[in-house]
Amino acid sequence: MRVLVAMSGGVDSSVAAARMVDAGHEVVGVHLALSRSHSVTGGRSKGCCTLDDARDARRVADMLGIAYYVWDLSERFTAEVIDDFIDEYQQGRTPNPCLRCNERIKFSAVLDRALALDFDVVATGHYARLVAGPQGTELHRAVDPTKDQSYVLGVLSADQLAHAAFPLGGDLKDEVRAEAEQRGLLTARKPDSHDICFIPDGDTAAYLHRRLGSLPGDVVDAESGDVVARHDGTFAFTIGQRRGLNLRMPAEDGAPRYVVDVDVESRTVTVGPPALLDVDSIEGIRPIWSGPALGAVPVPVEAQVRAHGEPVPGTARVVDERLVVDLTEPVRGLAAGQAVVIYQGTRVLGSATVDRTHRVVTA
Amino acid sequence: MLPAARAAWLQQSERVGNPSSLHASGRTARRVVEESRESIAASLRTRPSAVVFTAGGTEADNLAVKGLFWARRSVTGATRIIASSIEHHAVLDPLEWLSAEQGAQIRWAGVDELGRVSLAEVAAGLGDGTDVALCTVMWANNEVGTVQPVAELARLCREAGVPFHTDAVQALGQLPMDLGDLGADAVTISSHKIGGPFGVGALIVDPRARLTPVLHGGGQEREIRSGTLDAPGIAAFAVAVDYAVTTQRARAIRLEALRDELIAGIRAAVPDAVINGDTEPGASHRLPGNVHASFPGCEGDLLLMLLDAAGVDCSTGSACTAGIPEPSHVLLAMGVDQALSRASLRFSMGESTTRADVDAVLTALPGAVARARRAGSLAPQAS
Repeated sequence: MRVLVAMSGGVDSSVAAARMVDAGHEVVGVHLALSRSHSVTGGRSKGCCTLDDARDARRVADMLGIAYYVWDLSERFTAEVIDDFIDEYQQGRTPNPCLRCNERIKFSAVLDRALALDFDVVATGHYARLVAGPQGTELHRAVDPTKDQSYVLGVLSADQLAHAAFPLGGDLKDEVRAEAEQRGLLTARKPDSHDICFIPDGDTAAYLHRRLGSLPGDVVDAESGDVVARHDGTFAFTIGQRRGLNLRMPAEDGAPRYVVDVDVESRTVTVGPPALLDVDSIEGIRPIWSGPALGAVPVPVEAQVRAHGEPVPGTARVVDERLVVDLTEPVRGLAAGQAVVIYQGTRVLGSATVDRTHRVVTA
Repeated sequence: MLPAARAAWLQQSERVGNPSSLHASGRTARRVVEESRESIAASLRTRPSAVVFTAGGTEADNLAVKGLFWARRSVTGATRIIASSIEHHAVLDPLEWLSAEQGAQIRWAGVDELGRVSLAEVAAGLGDGTDVALCTVMWANNEVGTVQPVAELARLCREAGVPFHTDAVQALGQLPMDLGDLGADAVTISSHKIGGPFGVGALIVDPRARLTPVLHGGGQEREIRSGTLDAPGIAAFAVAVDYAVTTQRARAIRLEALRDELIAGIRAAVPDAVINGDTEPGASHRLPGNVHASFPGCEGDLLLMLLDAAGVDCSTGSACTAGIPEPSHVLLAMGVDQALSRASLRFSMGESTTRADVDAVLTALPGAVARARRAGSLAPQAS
């Protein structure tokens, strides 16, 4: 096979590339430059687009003896991931840019180009498994539950998955690190990246404030209707948030309050007790199917609404091109814009972007 | 490296001795350096004392630009610099640094659509020479191969009493070169471009020119460039310069034929390809071994990857430190738009290039262009 490996300069994609070479494939490494504002002096390696990372990726490619190129995706990344991220927050939703990047950049822009260049697959260092099933390639959870990234790959269609390879899905992270060490790869001891790569300090609210400026409004108590604080922009708030609310007066019962609603039009952030956050019915738009599409008949599934969240049992069906998931127990603090990924056991069935949530069964 | 240059390097590398030392082995090394200096001066028709050895072209360019600027400013207070907008980064970046950190005011002289600097703009910038610290224009452009009117530029500068520097790294061995006739104040040459070792170069400095050193230390090279001399590298450099100059005419004739064949072949294979630079025949127009073309609808880095896989080495111009291709400042200065600038490739031909190599490019090119067009751009598409 002709394999294009997306090499971030981290330990995982380094080992993924090495394994593809060992398997006898014709391998080319590509580093995706997602930002052009490289800091030469900003030494710390966080995220996936620093100068050090580009150099590390090149050195690993050298060691493996494979061709290596840098593809400039900065404009595309800005247009499809960063601008979308800001736009979503402006509309009171909570997007996950890593999912968006997998969907629109790694397995769209890069995959399309790779296929046009006669590559068979794009391989990455994601932790997930692809399994050949009776109806085609199936996406499954990784063996390492602490590293499983099937959630952020739930946005890939069956066609995209057919041209993907995730060589690390069957291993524990520790094993991958040990293998990198054994192979003498210079990335073996690099720390994992956690933050959003274009917000390296992890302070999303400050980033949005810099980008969007000040859009002040009221923080209102859901139960009393009182204005309990002022805020500087609804974009700094997400459903389920507890910290950073700066409420002037405590709730009457002294219980902690959470953001339960964000209204962009009136710039109102509503806070209330955690019970108001519990939802057990989710409507998602733009469903994407990892395998066969679901229909109007409910099927038993488990739903996951966060990258490292617990799956919750329920049923899923499609109504008017919307994915409707009814849960047997509530999930807390689910915001519009988040992705709901549905599973059967370890297998990913598909995903959708959360649009509306309801509480059907009252506690 | 040229076999004769390598032999000279190996021979000298077996000897101990620092050319600055006074003992016997030092004297032997010194003799090798001085004979090399005389040989290079003879090849370029200048005086041996004009040859200041450096650790390569970039250092020589830095020494010329900063050294001439500082020396002139300290005497006359001049702070203006005239430069072409298509200089190599080894000149461009020191100029920008002088502008940002040292109070220099740069006047960038534009180029025409063939990449040739405007003499009128240089003349206007020079004026009567008042307050101008130096003028620097490369001999021939490294990207699109356009030969610059250096004789006229040197004359204009002489008339205005302004020091003139030219970066001749690309021109050496490709174009006829008579530095005595040219009358520039400083000329940069480099060893590895002509089959000599990496890390050796020289600035040919007119004995009347005043230069403030960039490197201070042991006072070697007339106190213009301190640092222990690399005797083996210098010996090999001299062999390479001699070879480059004595064989220049034959090389130019051979490469011009290959170049014109490649240009005609590109035009036939990809009818909408644009050949950049000056395609007129003759040594005052284009470097003999340079072909530079834009392929509309292709990303240059993608074409490079496809041709690389087909065994063809070419380049897209400069890349940033992370390896992202940058749109060429040379093409932009020539009025080429961003998209076409990104769709460009340079094919450099030299000593080892054969007709079979040209055929290999022309065989691989149509398929690579078609595939690159299908693969499209990674920039967002207008929708």
